[in-house]
Amino acid sequence: MSLTTLTYAQAAALALQEAMRADNAVVALGEDLGRGGVFGQYRGLQQEFGRDRVIDTPISEANIMGAAVGMALAGLRPVVEMRVIDFALCAMDEIVNQAAKNRFMFGGQGRVPLVARLPIGIWSASAAQHSQSLEAWFAHLPGLVVATPATAQDNYSLLKASLASGDPVIYMEHKELWGVEGTVDTALEVKLGQAKVMREGGDLTVVTWSRGVAPALQALELDSLDGVDAEVIDLRTLWPWDKAMVFESAARTGRLLVVHEAVQVAGFGAEVAASAAEATGCRVARLGAPRIPVGYAQVLENESRLSPEKIAAAALALCDARR
Amino acid sequence: MPLPRLFDLYRLMRRIRAFEDAAEVASQGGVAAWGLQASAKPALVRGPLHLSTGQEAVAAGVCLNLRREDLLTSTHRGHGHTLAKGANSAAMMCELFGRASGTNKGKGGSMHIADFSVGMLGANGVVAAGIPIATGAAQALKIRKLPHIVACFFGDGAVNRGPFLEGLNWAQVYQLPVLFVCEDNRISATTPTGAMTAGAGVSARAEAMGIAALKVDGNDVQAVDAAAASLIRDIRAGLGPRLLHAVTYRFKGHVSVDPGTYRDAAEVEAAKRSDPLLVAQHQLLAQGATQADIDEADRAAQAEIAHALQVAEAAPWPEAQAAYDDVMSAGDGVWR
Repeated sequence: MSLTTLTYAQAAALALQEAMRADNAVVALGEDLGRGGVFGQYRGLQQEFGRDRVIDTPISEANIMGAAVGMALAGLRPVVEMRVIDFALCAMDEIVNQAAKNRFMFGGQGRVPLVARLPIGIWSASAAQHSQSLEAWFAHLPGLVVATPATAQDNYSLLKASLASGDPVIYMEHKELWGVEGTVDTALEVKLGQAKVMREGGDLTVVTWSRGVAPALQALELDSLDGVDAEVIDLRTLWPWDKAMVFESAARTGRLLVVHEAVQVAGFGAEVAASAAEATGCRVARLGAPRIPVGYAQVLENESRLSPEKIAAAALALCDARR
Repeated sequence: MPLPRLFDLYRLMRRIRAFEDAAEVASQGGVAAWGLQASAKPALVRGPLHLSTGQEAVAAGVCLNLRREDLLTSTHRGHGHTLAKGANSAAMMCELFGRASGTNKGKGGSMHIADFSVGMLGANGVVAAGIPIATGAAQALKIRKLPHIVACFFGDGAVNRGPFLEGLNWAQVYQLPVLFVCEDNRISATTPTGAMTAGAGVSARAEAMGIAALKVDGNDVQAVDAAAASLIRDIRAGLGPRLLHAVTYRFKGHVSVDPGTYRDAAEVEAAKRSDPLLVAQHQLLAQGATQADIDEADRAAQAEIAHALQVAEAAPWPEAQAAYDDVMSAGDGVWR
C-alpha cells in the first residue's frame, strides 16, 4: 500500500504520469497542456515527456478528437483534453460517429483506446456555456465508457482503469472538485462498472456520482434527516454501471433516490430509477437541475446547483410517500 | 512512362470499374427513392451505394504510389480507394452484400468499407470526417518514428466543412506525412460544388496555409500518377503535408439508384468522352500496347469480379448475435 494525500487534479496527473512512464504509446493532446492544462491537471508532464507526447494543439476541437481516433488506430493511446465539456460539442461527430462506432462498423478490425477528458459542472460563476453536465448524452451511445469520478482516489484509479480499457472512454471530471484533497492509495485498482457504498443504511438508497456525492453525504448530517438511515452509493461510472449493487440496495431499502447535478429531464437518473423499479419494484424519485441553462448571478446559478438541503427534502418526500 | 506501369494503372482502373458496375447492378431494385419505384426483386446490395464510376484514375494514380504499410482514409465513395490499396475484391463484394465473410463482417456495407490489413482505415459516412483521423494517424506514425505516410481522400464538398480547415492547419503545424487528395467530381450530392464554394479553389486554400499543392486532370491516370509520385516523394522526405487536386467527373448519380436527372445530359455525355479508361487506352496504344493486351486486361478484370459476385452470393449471413460483438469491452449492455 502506498498512501499519499493529493488533490483531485494531482491524483489524475499522477495517474497519467505513471501510465506515460509505463507505456510509450500513451500521449496527451489538447489546448494549453504544456502550461499544465487550464486546471493544472497536466502540470509537469510536458517537461518530463516532451512536446511529442504532451501535445499542445490549436483550438480545433473536431481535429483534436478526430486526430485522437487516428492516433489510436495507428498504435497510440491518446488522452484527449477538451478543456470543458461544452467545447466537446464542437467534436460530436468525432466522438459519436467516429470514436464510438469505429470498432463495430469496421467489423472489429481496429480499436479506439482513447480517454477523452471532458470536465463537467458548475464552477466559478462560469455561466451557461461552461457549466454543463452532459453525462447522459454519452451514456446513451453504444461504444463509449462513461466515467464520473468523485474523489481523488477515484480520479487516480478510474483514470488508470480507463487508460487500460481499450475502449473510447468519456472521462468527466467535475471542475469544482479539482482542489479537493483526499488520501490516494496508488495500489488500489478500481474496475469500470464498480460502484462504491459511501455510507451504509437501511431506510432508503441514494445513488449519485461526481459532485453529487459530497452534498448527499452532508444531507444526512442535517437535523431534518435525523432518524433517516440512508445508504449512499457513488456510481463512479455510468457505463458500465453497477446494476447489481444498486438493485441489491434498492431491494433492501425499498426506496431509491437518484441525485445528479445534470438537468433532471432525460438525465441518467431516469435510467437508474427506471431500471431499479423494473428490477426490484422499489419506489423511486429523482433530483436533478430544473430544465434551465445555468445562470451567471449566484442567485440564478443556485437554482441549478445541488445542495444538502435539496437532497434532504427529496429524501424526506420519498420516505413520507411510503408511509 | 514505362508501359508496364501504365498497364498496372489501367488494370487497376478496370478492376474498379468492373467491381462498381457489378455492384451497381446488384443494387437495383428494392429501393423506392430518387423517383424510382421499388422492384419486386430484393437488391443484393441493400444500402446506399456511392459509385466512383468515371473517377478511377484518382484512386489508381494515387494508390499505386503507396506501400502496403501506408495508411489511407476514404470517403463514402470509397470502393476504388479500397481496391487500389490492395483489398480483396471478393471480401469487398461480400461486405456490400452484407455477408459474414465481408471485410467488415457485414457490419458496415459500402459506406463504411475498410480493410485495416492493407492500411485502409475506412470509408466514412460523414463528409470530411476522414481528414482529422488521417492527421492523427500521420501524427502517430511520426511520433512512433515509422517511415510510412497517410493518404487522405476527400471530395470537393468536404472543403466547405470545418474539419478541412482544422485538419490542413494541423498537418502543416506539426509537419505531418499526409497527402491530402481532393477528388473533385464537381458535384456535392446533387448540387454543383462551384456554386457553393467561394474563392479560387482547394489548392488556393491549401497554399494559404503554406501547403504545396498540385492540380491535375483527374481523368488522366498518367498525370495523377506523376503528380502523386512527386508529392509523395516530398512527404517521404519529411517536407510535411502536400495536397493533390484531381479534377474528375462522376458519371453516375449520387447513389446507385439516383438517375442523376438534375444534370444536363449533354454535359454527362461530353464528360464520358474523357472517360479515364478511354484516355488510358489511347495512351497504351500510342505507346505500343496492342488491343489484344487491353482486351486481355479487361477480361481478367471481368473474371475477377464475376468470381467475387459468386463468392458473395454464396456467402453466409452474419448470425444475429454478431450484432452484440465488437461494441465495446468494458460494458456490452449485459454488464454483470
